[in-house]
This record gives sequence, structure tokens and C-alpha cells, in this order.
Amino acid sequence: MRYLPLTDQDRQDMLAAIGAPNIEALYQDVAADVLLDQPVDLPGFKGELEVDQLISNLAAKNLGSGAAPFFLGAGNYSHHIPAAADHLIQRSEFLTSYTPYQPEVSQGTLQALFEFQTQVAMITGMEVANASLYDGATAAAEAAMMSCRVTRRNKVILSGGLHPHYAEVTATNAKFLSLDVVTNPANPESTEDLAAQIDDETACVIVQNPGFFGQVRDHATLAEACHDKGALLVVVVTEIVSLGAVLSPGEMGADIVAAEGQSLGNALNFGGPHVGLFAVREKYLRQMPGRLAGETEDVEGKRGWVLTLSTREQHIRREKATSNICTNSGLCALAFSIHLTLLGEAGFTRLAQLNHATAIALADKLDAISGVEVINETFFNEFTLRLSKPATAVVEALAARGILAGVPASRLYPDNAELENLLLVAATETVTPTDMDQLVGALEEVL
Amino acid sequence: MATVKFTEEHEWIALDGDVGTVGISDYAQNQLGDVVYVEVPEAGASFNKGEEAAVVESVKAASEVYAPADGEIVEANKDLEDNPGAVNSDAQGAGWFYKIKLNNVADIDGLMDEDAYKAYVAELD
Amino acid sequence: MSTASGNRALQLEEKLIFEQNSPGMTAVDLPNPAELTNVESRLGDVARTNPIGLPGLSEPQVVRHYLRLSQKNFAIDGGLYPLGSCTMKHNPRLNEKMARLPGLADIHPLQPKATVQGAYELIDMTAHWLKVLTGMPAVAMSPAAGAHGELCGLMSIRAALEARGDGRQRVLVPESAHGTNPASAHMCGYKVEAIPATEQGRVDLQALKDKLSDEVAAIMVTNPNTCGLFENEIIEMTQAVHDVGGLVYCDGANFNAIVGRVRPGDLGIDAMHLNLHKTFSTPHGGGGPGAGPVVLSDALAAYAPLPYVVHGEDGFDLIEHAAEAGDNQPYGRMKGFHGQFGVMVRALAYMLSMGSDGLRQASSDAVLNANYLMAKLGDILTPSYDGPCMHEVLFDDRFLNDTDVTTLDFAKAMIDEGFHPMTMYFPLVVHGALLMEPTETEGKATLDEFVGVIRTLAEKAQTGNAEDFKQAPIYTPRRRLDETMAARNPVLTYKPDQAAAAE
Repeated sequence: MRYLPLTDQDRQDMLAAIGAPNIEALYQDVAADVLLDQPVDLPGFKGELEVDQLISNLAAKNLGSGAAPFFLGAGNYSHHIPAAADHLIQRSEFLTSYTPYQPEVSQGTLQALFEFQTQVAMITGMEVANASLYDGATAAAEAAMMSCRVTRRNKVILSGGLHPHYAEVTATNAKFLSLDVVTNPANPESTEDLAAQIDDETACVIVQNPGFFGQVRDHATLAEACHDKGALLVVVVTEIVSLGAVLSPGEMGADIVAAEGQSLGNALNFGGPHVGLFAVREKYLRQMPGRLAGETEDVEGKRGWVLTLSTREQHIRREKATSNICTNSGLCALAFSIHLTLLGEAGFTRLAQLNHATAIALADKLDAISGVEVINETFFNEFTLRLSKPATAVVEALAARGILAGVPASRLYPDNAELENLLLVAATETVTPTDMDQLVGALEEVL
Repeated sequence: MATVKFTEEHEWIALDGDVGTVGISDYAQNQLGDVVYVEVPEAGASFNKGEEAAVVESVKAASEVYAPADGEIVEANKDLEDNPGAVNSDAQGAGWFYKIKLNNVADIDGLMDEDAYKAYVAELD
Repeated sequence: MSTASGNRALQLEEKLIFEQNSPGMTAVDLPNPAELTNVESRLGDVARTNPIGLPGLSEPQVVRHYLRLSQKNFAIDGGLYPLGSCTMKHNPRLNEKMARLPGLADIHPLQPKATVQGAYELIDMTAHWLKVLTGMPAVAMSPAAGAHGELCGLMSIRAALEARGDGRQRVLVPESAHGTNPASAHMCGYKVEAIPATEQGRVDLQALKDKLSDEVAAIMVTNPNTCGLFENEIIEMTQAVHDVGGLVYCDGANFNAIVGRVRPGDLGIDAMHLNLHKTFSTPHGGGGPGAGPVVLSDALAAYAPLPYVVHGEDGFDLIEHAAEAGDNQPYGRMKGFHGQFGVMVRALAYMLSMGSDGLRQASSDAVLNANYLMAKLGDILTPSYDGPCMHEVLFDDRFLNDTDVTTLDFAKAMIDEGFHPMTMYFPLVVHGALLMEPTETEGKATLDEFVGVIRTLAEKAQTGNAEDFKQAPIYTPRRRLDETMAARNPVLTYKPDQAAAAE
């Protein structure tokens, strides 16, 4: 067993040093009738080659985004990740270190987190950001709970443009805390009037930009409406690359930003692990969940970093903590930060423009097909089509032709017949003109 | 000279007429270590005895400060927001948290005086 | 002695990325076709107009920056990392290779189900291993971390109780529990009550029984517990809780001590999370990502969160909505998409590599290594409880009495000796705790070296060298950092104006 360094002789010598006759003696506190006397019924150990072959066979049964024209989004986006980013996160000192509780031997992780927090604050237009949460959906739920703490109110209003998973995770958390969640119906045309729903019990309104169906909007008026009633505005961003081209949530007056950072540095990974971004106005800092790296000095007066404001956290506050969260999504946050550092201001804004231009080109081509209508007036790199047929069957027919065409709205809203023909289509910088032509050609055949 | 009384939760209260000044004891600040943040109540807020009226945080610990008796806050020590270290340097002076107008002064009769509190603390160590 | 550069040979000072800005520079060359500028924007009136402020660096600068940062971290790849309760074991690189395979890393969670059958099979296979290893009939795969798993398990418990019309409000948590336990119970809407420990470092069974009633929804027990001990009365405890109609949550953070030797299902556990980043070797990554699948008993199997994989008529299927759940009563969704798939791939690679025999050997070696430390250090440090221990050994600071050296000072001195400190000041039930978990991936020679260093340090502390300990560490890139300054005046982002003003 290649991962176990003890030899049988070592084991004998160590048992002798302990004064135990055998290993079972060390399990003396376990009742004899529940202590297993042989291995459980699972296969025995395998060499690296065998394991590689076995898992590679599973991988080969899947159609990956790298092997097909690919147009899926809906909160999880396929972007090019620079080679340096994935190389650097596999440095042993990043990959195999723990949470930086001992700052003197963790300055690398801590400085990287401080830079990450600064980058997140910059692109979201907020004052402070934490060291990351699990993902965008759990970040949205944390934002709802935090809003209730800040305002001492119990009602959360969710836009119909919010990703359904984000709405469901928020609702699940809220249910167990007896918070009142108002979930607006799916809103592909972006016509809802959220301001009218805000009352004196409202802790926050949660909107997404770009919305689940792709529209980009200015939420500044909604922010004012929230603030007039003493409520907070939470803006969710599921495609973080959009912030290279779109007005930031901070500039729109958001109080909390809960976002998914997967698009930078992190592969699709079948939906996880990803990285939740969480940024707030400074005045709400002490109600924020999650880890924080802060600047300080060492005893020689040199600049350094530590985890700080931990009295908000569970290991000190226990049941009174701002959240039960313990870890962050450290390595994914590092990948995000390295990718954004590689891009810089020029690269990030150009990447956003490139995504937008690619999506426009695709939208115009698709809109020209008979039986296809782009319903969006505005979008960034993802938009919604209304097809002449149910979208699920169309997507499956295209998958059979080796094209991964998008996400049918009914995958997430199975009970809403009005959405049956809607298809969400994303086009990132990875989409080539050939990919577009293949999609257009196949769609014309299928419809 | 105002009467100073202590609670088992290590708050002190100095009574002047029906207004009590409340803080945490020198023993408590010593246990907490460097105080980094204090949250004091708003003037006008009412508390019942035993309710959480303020919060004090050090690097490694957080503690609630309870109202030692029923009453209404008349003044809070807002200086602590910028200078929480005053709790360490002068816990029973400049490090006071808030002043509370007691509904019933007799409420604090049952609290410990300084000698009793010293004996109580000695037993904790 | 100081150098002109501030560097010390291999220890290189490194500025923030914001201090290395060449405006306009980028390390990512993107195509810049005419259509970028020639098309009409579809952003409506929300195009960004202000600069963001991100710094521009070239690729060599970026690579050098993160390489230098990495060199300021201690890592399990570099040396013993005996953090109790954290299971810092070797992270096999095969795991990383598997997680990056095309067909696993590059698949989208909402692809047509026929195009990701291998991914569902992989989740199902991982689930199968976890169920067999724990002797439990069901597992919820989506929780993202241990604390998230705790919340998941408690939500299952509450959903099951409420389904039978039972509105119990109290959850009992041992005082030695990790802080996430009470925090999770609170997030699940429960009132938390502490249960005291015995002199032997275990849950006080009688005190537990005294608190039991038909108001108690659940107990959250950690087994092996945070003192590194197996709860020898666990079966009596779970029986007593079941007798009053309550359920048992087990914090599985310490499963590495018993995997392949004890099945929680045989102990009367109803729900337990498994930290894939501990027992199953996936990397900690400087603080995540982890994964916290929750195994569930028959009483809870129907009350798992969405989504979950099932064996359908045409291969594997994914149940994503309550309406598709049949007789099951999922309480909702805990996470976007399907959970930490990439972490599951790594854990499966590990389990397949180790096999049932290897996993059993791993837990045995982990327990052996911890008991070896206890035997070799027990006379000079002060063990808090009699042995044998499980996979971690708990000492308190009595051996430092009257030395003016604290547990913290002792830990910092270990850093100068090239070892990562053990977990300190946790659990809270003993004074100045030092909790050491060597794990099974350390050899005897490493342990002997560690023992030698700890013995030397303990003797040094006991013979009046407190000032040396107060100064430690001295060979690190930064020495002790001022946490009070960081907390009193939080600086959480880089602010160029402040830096300029300071110069």
C-alpha cells in the first residue's frame, strides 16, 4: 500500500513501545460485537494504473465541453483557463496546506486571500469581501440570513430572475429558521415590479444580474426603493466575467453581493467545487459570514497578514455565530485570483467584450432561423431562445448529433408549461465560428 | 461616593441616584485579553435584568454584557468604538459601557459588593 | 542580521499584486477581432464606464509572485502537520490527475442526462463505498463541507420528526464539541443545550439521560470524540436517545480512526457527515474546498436533500425536483447543482487505491501512530486522559505549569524546529490543549524525530528558558503577528491611497 510508510517491523516495535499486544488492544473502548474482525465487503487495494483505467473509463462515458460545440451556462460557464493558473494552484504549499491558523507559516495563503478579497471588492464595486464561501447559491442564502440579522426583519423577496437553485437553497435555509420567503415566478421577460412588494417587514430583495434568462438591468432604482423602506438590496452575479463589461452591483447601490466565481480559474467540474464570492458595505462587516484575512505587522514591524475578526465565527461564538461555515473555498478562490491577476484590467475587460461580441454574433445567427426567437432585449454572454418545439427534446436531439446546445428552462422549472419551449444559450470566448455554424445547421434540421 | 456592585457575570454597576454606570470588571478584561471591539446600546433602549445590552470582543473571545437590572439607557460610551483598549487600561473607569436609569434601585441590592466579588473571583482561579 | 534587499536567501519578500501594476499589461492574450468594436452593444444602459482598478502584470511576474507566496506556507507535502481533528494526511497526486480528466473536469451539471452517465455512475460508486464503510443504507452527496453536512443531517432529522407531527425544539451537544455543531443546530432552528463530560473525557451518560425527554429532537455526538477517545458508551447513548423518540447525529470528523474497523450504522447513529478532505485524502487547499456527504439511517433515508442519483430504467437518473421523488420527502436543496463532484472524484480515486483492506490498515496505523506519540511523550508532557487513544492524542498544559511558557509559545517554538504545530486550545474542556494527530501517512522515523524535538522543547521550557519561547518563531518569513492591531483597525483590502500616504 503505497500511501502507508510503516513496515510490519515498525508496527511490532511500536506496539511493544506502547505495551499493547496487538492493534485490537488499542480499540478496547469499542464493544466487541461491533468491532469488525475483517475488512468490509468492498474490493481490495489497487495500483495507480488500475485506478487510472477504471476512472478514465467512467470519464469516457461522458461528453465533455472540450469534445463538442458547447453552449451551456445557467450559472456554470466554460471559459479558457490559462495554463499558469492550474499549474500554480497545484504547488504543494497551496494544495496541501490547511486553513491559515498559524500565520507565521501561512503568509502565502494569507497574502493571496487578502489580494483575492481586494479583487472581489473591486470588481463588485463593494467595500469589503470575505475569503469566499462554498458557492454562489449558498452565498445567496447567507446573504438572505445576514440581511435578516442586520435589519432584524424576517421577510426575503426573491426575484423571478434569480437562478432557481439559488432560490431553492435560500428557501431551504429560510424554512428552518422560520424566515418568510416570497419567491416571484420565473420571469423571462423581466417585467416584475419588486419595489411594490417591499414593506416594513422586508429584510432584503435578492435580484440577479445578468438575470437567469440573461437580461442585464440597472437596479439603482430598486436599491433606492429598498433603502427607503429600510431593506437591503442583494445582487447575485452568476457569471462573474460580466463585471468586466457591466456596471457593478456596488455602482447600482447594492448592500450585499453574493456571486459565483467559477468562471475565473475553475473548470465546470460537473457543478462543483466552485467558489462563492461575498462582498458587503463596510458598515455591515461584523454581520458578514466567513473567513477574513486582514493586514497587520509582526513584532519587527514588517507588514503581514492574519485571519481576523474571528469572533463572528462558530469556533468562538458557537450557536451565536454569523454562520456555521468553517472553511472557505480556498483553492478555488486562489484559482480565481490567479486567473484575474493574469488577466489584469485590460485582459478582464477585453475578455468580457469578447464574450459579449461572441454572444451577439450567435444570437443574431440563431434569431434568423425559422422557429427560433431571441427573447432578450439585453444580454451579456447568455440569452434565451423561444423555440417552436419543446426545448428538452430539441436539446436531446442535438446532443445525439454531438452538440451540447444549452439548458432547457424546463430542466429547472419542470412544472411551468409556459417555459417549455425556452432554451438558455451561452456563448463564451471558447465558442468558435465553426461551433456556431454547427449549432445553426443542426438546429435547422431538428426544428 | 457611589455604591459599586458586581454581578456573577463580571459586570460592575456604580449607582448615582437612580442612574447606574455599567462596565465589566478588571478581572473580566484580564480574562478577555486585548479588547478589540465594543458594541454599546443606543440611548433610549430599554432592557430587562439579564438581557444582552452590549457586546465586548477580544481577539479570541466574545462576551455579552447583560443588564444588571431593569431600566432605560440614558447614555452609551461611544468613545469605546474608536478606543476599545480603554476597557483594558481602565475597566472600572474610562472603560464604562453605558448608563442606565433603573426602574427600581432596590433591584441591585442583591448584587455583590467589592469584597464579596473579590472573594468570588478568588474562588474561580 | 539584515540584508539590503530584506530577502533572506531563499526567503524572498513579495509585494502585493497591486504594487506591481504596469497599466495596460495583461498575461492573457485574447483575440481582438473587429466585431468587438464594430457591433452594437446589447447591454442596454448598464455598460461599465468606470475603470475597475485591477493591476496589470505579465505572465512571468504572475508566476513568480505566486511561487514566492507559496514558499511562505507550510504544507503536508513538506513535513509533519499534526493538526488534531484535521487529518492532514498525504494527498495522492493520482487524485488530482483523475479530477482533471476530460470527461470529468469539463462536463456541465445540466447537460442532457444521456451525455453524463459516467458522472452519475461515479457519484453512485462513491456513495456505495461510503454506505458500505459506514453500514448505513443511504447517503446525501451534495453537502460542501463538514459544517454543511452537519446542517444537512440536522435538517433531515427535523424533516423526519416534523413528518410525524413532532415539533421537538432541543438539540443536545457535548461541551467538547466543535463550534460548528452548536452553530449548525442554531441554523436549523434548534435550541442548543450542552452536555457535560466525565473525568474520563467522554459524554456523561447519566447527565445525558437526565436531559432526555420528548422535547429532545437529537443529540450531536462526535465519535471518536474531540479528545481523541472512543465513546465507550455510545450504544447506550444512542439507545437512550431513541427510547425518547429522538435521533442521533454523529460528527464524523474523526472517522479516520475507525474506517474499516467500526461501522457507525452498528452504533445506532442516524446521520453522520464524512469529511472527504480528511478521511478520504482530498487536499485541504489552504482552507477548502472540501465535501461533507451525510450517511443516513433507515429512519432518515427518505428525508435527504435534492438532488440525488438513482438507478433508472435507462441507466442512471438524477432526481432534481420534489415532484420526481416518489415516496421520498426531500426537504429541499442545500447547494447549487449536485455537490462537490470534483472532490468526490478524488475521494473515489483514494478509496479504490486503498481498497477495503488498505482503508482498514490506514485507520489501524493512524491509531498506532497516535498511541506511539502518547507512549513516547506521556512522561514529559501531560496527557489529559488515560489511553489508549484513537487517531489523535490530547495533552494539556500542566507540564508548563510555573514555566511562564504557554501552549501558544510552545507551538511557535515547534515552528522554528520545522514542524507545524498541533491543534491548540481545542477542545475547550482541558486547559491549554495540545491535540496531536500524526495520521497514518507518517513513518516511524518521522515520529521519532518529532518526539525527540518535543522532548527537548519540553525540557527547555521546564528549565527556565521562557524568553526563548516568547521570541519564537524567529526563522519564519514573518515573526509573531499583531492580531490585536488587525482586529482593532481592520484593513481587509488594499487601498492605494493609504499606502501612498504612508510613504
